[in-house]
Amino acid sequence: MSILSLTAVQLGQKIKEKKISVREAVEASQEQIEKLDSTLHCYVTTDAKKALEQAGHIQKKIDEGTLTGPLAGVPVALKDNLCTEGMLTTCSSDILGNFVPTYTAEAVRNLERQGAVILGKTNMDEFAMGSTTETSAYGITRNPWNTDHVPGGSSGGSCAAVAAGECFYALGSDTGGSIRQPSSFCGVTGIKPTYGTVSRYGLIAYGSSLDQIGPVGKDVADCAAILEAIASYDKKDSTSVKRESYDFTSALVDDVKGMKIGIPRDYLGEGLDPEVKSAVLSAAKTLEEKGACVEEFDLSLVEYAIPAYYVIASAEASSNLSRFDGVKYGYRTKEYDGLHSMYKKSRSEGFGPEVKRRIMLGSFVLSSGYYDAYYLKALRTKALIKQAFDKAFQKYDLILGPVAPTTAPKLGKSLADPLKMYLGDIYTISVNLAGLPGMSVPCGTDSKGLPIGLQLIGDCFQEKKIIRAAYAFEQTRSYEGPNLDRVKGGEEA
Amino acid sequence: MSRQYETVIGLEVHVELATKTKIFCACSTEFGSAPNTHTCPVCTGMPGSLPVLNKQVVEYAMAVGLATNCKINQYCKFDRKNYFYPDNPQNYQISQLYLPICHDGGIEIETSSGKKVIGIHEIHMEEDAGKLIHDEWEDCSLVDYNRSGVPLIEIVSEPDMRSAEEVTAYLDKLRLIIQYLGASDCKLQEGSMRADVNLSVREAGSGQLGTRTEMKNLNSFKAIGRAIEGERARQIELLEEGKAVVQETRRWDDNKEYSYAMRSKEDAQDYRYFPDPDLVPVMISDEWIQKVKERQPELRTEKLLRYRKEFDIPQYDAEIITASKKLADIFEEATAVCGKPKKVSNWLMVETLRLLKENDMEPEDIRFSPENLAKLVLLTEAGTINSTVAKEVFEEVFARDIDPEAYVEERGLKTVNDEGALRETIAGVIADNPQSVSDYKSGKEKAIGFLVGQTMKAMKGKANPSAVNKILKELLQ
Amino acid sequence: MSERISDETIEYVGILAKLELSQEEKEQAKIDMGRMLDYIDKLNELDTSGVEPMSHIFPVHNVFREDTVTNGDDSQNMLANAPEKKNGAFKVPKTVE
Repeated sequence: MSILSLTAVQLGQKIKEKKISVREAVEASQEQIEKLDSTLHCYVTTDAKKALEQAGHIQKKIDEGTLTGPLAGVPVALKDNLCTEGMLTTCSSDILGNFVPTYTAEAVRNLERQGAVILGKTNMDEFAMGSTTETSAYGITRNPWNTDHVPGGSSGGSCAAVAAGECFYALGSDTGGSIRQPSSFCGVTGIKPTYGTVSRYGLIAYGSSLDQIGPVGKDVADCAAILEAIASYDKKDSTSVKRESYDFTSALVDDVKGMKIGIPRDYLGEGLDPEVKSAVLSAAKTLEEKGACVEEFDLSLVEYAIPAYYVIASAEASSNLSRFDGVKYGYRTKEYDGLHSMYKKSRSEGFGPEVKRRIMLGSFVLSSGYYDAYYLKALRTKALIKQAFDKAFQKYDLILGPVAPTTAPKLGKSLADPLKMYLGDIYTISVNLAGLPGMSVPCGTDSKGLPIGLQLIGDCFQEKKIIRAAYAFEQTRSYEGPNLDRVKGGEEA
Repeated sequence: MSRQYETVIGLEVHVELATKTKIFCACSTEFGSAPNTHTCPVCTGMPGSLPVLNKQVVEYAMAVGLATNCKINQYCKFDRKNYFYPDNPQNYQISQLYLPICHDGGIEIETSSGKKVIGIHEIHMEEDAGKLIHDEWEDCSLVDYNRSGVPLIEIVSEPDMRSAEEVTAYLDKLRLIIQYLGASDCKLQEGSMRADVNLSVREAGSGQLGTRTEMKNLNSFKAIGRAIEGERARQIELLEEGKAVVQETRRWDDNKEYSYAMRSKEDAQDYRYFPDPDLVPVMISDEWIQKVKERQPELRTEKLLRYRKEFDIPQYDAEIITASKKLADIFEEATAVCGKPKKVSNWLMVETLRLLKENDMEPEDIRFSPENLAKLVLLTEAGTINSTVAKEVFEEVFARDIDPEAYVEERGLKTVNDEGALRETIAGVIADNPQSVSDYKSGKEKAIGFLVGQTMKAMKGKANPSAVNKILKELLQ
Repeated sequence: MSERISDETIEYVGILAKLELSQEEKEQAKIDMGRMLDYIDKLNELDTSGVEPMSHIFPVHNVFREDTVTNGDDSQNMLANAPEKKNGAFKVPKTVE
């Protein structure tokens, strides 16, 4: 059994038992990167030397007995919007092409305290704006299951890296589905935690009221362990929530008896690929067979989530991204005539089309005369969407549905029609608006052999319910990875 | 005869709060350090950094609101004001637009035309910007973020003022209140208090407000006075010529005594305010308000009453002393040490005010300690030094905060109380000045003054003048 | 096709957002923004009267710091990424006329 077939928690255990050294684990990942990443392009930055050095330090601490956590020594990949001291952090944008932070994101520090070895930074849609990882300024990432397809986005690099064994687990961020959708497309497991669970300090903001960092792993147990490691109350983040408990792994129990699960009829209607629908419903059936009570219900308001989201996220983004101006860090245009010319040229040259599109939209909806009609209207819609979920959770422990209407589309098909691409987020976006936890778990493949993800949504702070149901479901099937020989053989046509 | 115009003025006063740290990060607010030495990822707008509110800022803002009779918004929020400028590292300023912390207050002012209440529309909390230094050598600007994130409150008045005199009275009163609260030192020159003037003119008797302009860059009371006169004249001239006043922001140039429109194509003045998603609301309970109220220090009116009761000093003196928090503090502390309120008051009223005026200083600039003033009072009271020496010593106290006891000791300035030595010196003076002696004896009383002077000179000023007088008269009989 | 975004609007939003778009980009932006706004208009179907705008999901409030200086001189780090710097300050095109 090769090292790469181990999950993060299994590897951690073997390292602890001294059956595998941290160095071996790091080298295994690095070999895989070496082998596949020229094709897949999961990473924008790697630092092999630093990772090996880190491996040595961590091995020493494990041997001394000072590092005992389940993830000690396990190599990780980080989405490139998480600040890492001394390591390039670009958000896959030219405007941050040379940005080396002097501080590390709190979630990453939490991992470092647990003995994580950082392999590098993963590709993403520029500033997390996109659903395919095709808006990256540094080139596309390919789906390890079929390299003609996108890995999803925006955390496409993280999810593809986990699926391809180029790391043992990864961190992503989710503003409108950016962990769950690429997890679904890449056949891995990902959690978007309740808003406020993982500190946003050091996460380069897109939509501050929606952004959450979360784990991407091979299975549910990995995700629970990673979430336990990264979640913390952080005084540096005013929106951080002091939770009663940061234990998630105790929910890894194969028992859903009596659990009430609702499937929104609104999630099964027009636009949903029949193969996805049948895989999701069959997963629901499996849970029912294990003793859960499953029924369909009307969630309502689903079609309003996307417009509300694009108003709120774009508005916040237009303000969050105004700091990229060529003054303090990042890209400054070479030729300019005065201050405003410097601003405009640096930003216009530094940002890609999708980012500009959202900054323009966001600036417009906040501009004089439109604030009430667009921004406040969207915040009111958000309140109604939250109410709809509150009502549902009075009745159900969990909401079950698809992650995305389809499996991974082919490369180059999505960006031509942005609005259509946005519609692909229909099942994930309302979860961010309502601050809820959501998870993507593999539940099969379609006729093209592309993975399908099952989404489980819980009420605020109810990650444990999701984890339990996901774990119970996972016990009924074995982990299925992509056929990586095809990646290697298929040096793209 | 031309038409009569009335000037309508409202002020936006920015005050830097006296907190130790910035409003959203733990950087020092200390003034005058090397560029960017008080900065961190938060106040330089680094990607991924997040603001956390300094509690003291809320308390100072509440204290000022309560002292200016405002209502406290018990649910208040922060908003982002979006505009691009290099002194603003995030390219948005965190401020309060929709729910400011205080609103609907007012303070009473007194001018030559009597008492009047100036309404306060609102007080909100916000962050200061960095400093831009123009580099002459390279024709560029340099940005220092040490001031970026220093907490400010902006006090927005109603358009209730009608003259520069009222404006000055309002600012004086506001400054005094805030200084008494310890919420800021309110130095206009150093920029810890800044005022923008909103001004419009209208025909006397008109019930409608004219179009107003906003004037910035006013850094002294005198500049504010001149700017008001200048802008009033400019607007009246426009109206007299049948032209319209344009609503705009203008920058006052105090050297040229003229204001210039600050407009550019790139400046749309559309700030796209929205609630800052990185900060959570501030909820102010009745208990919290009560606590701040209880901690509220004594303000001027209460102090005046107490001075009349506790210390037997003239009303006039009490008014002058309490007109500055600094003077009042020195008065109370020095009095506590020496127990001589009247003497302390005299030193403040005469010598201190004189030296402040000569050095073009404000009472807030005083550097001497109340203990040293108290020691000086005690030395004088005990007759250890005479009043001439005391004045000399005080100048040293004022300039360098010296310890009067040590100073008098070192320089041998003590009054000589040895009568034998004094008689000896006086006998010598009489022998050396026969002309004055005979003048005196022939009835010219004034001549004794010369002899006293000669004696003091011989004693190097250390004699007690009344003793000299007494002995002289005795010896000349 | 949507005609709701005028040239002037695109120009104005460009000033607000400090983006300089080419003629081609402007035309595309007019189309994209128009389509998005048409789509966003869907929200008008919803009766939201009497609904409080919700900025924060959780009723978290009063998150404060104590007023204690814990940051020291970190100017070197803060300037480390500056495109241009001089005398310990960030260098920018002149801001005064």
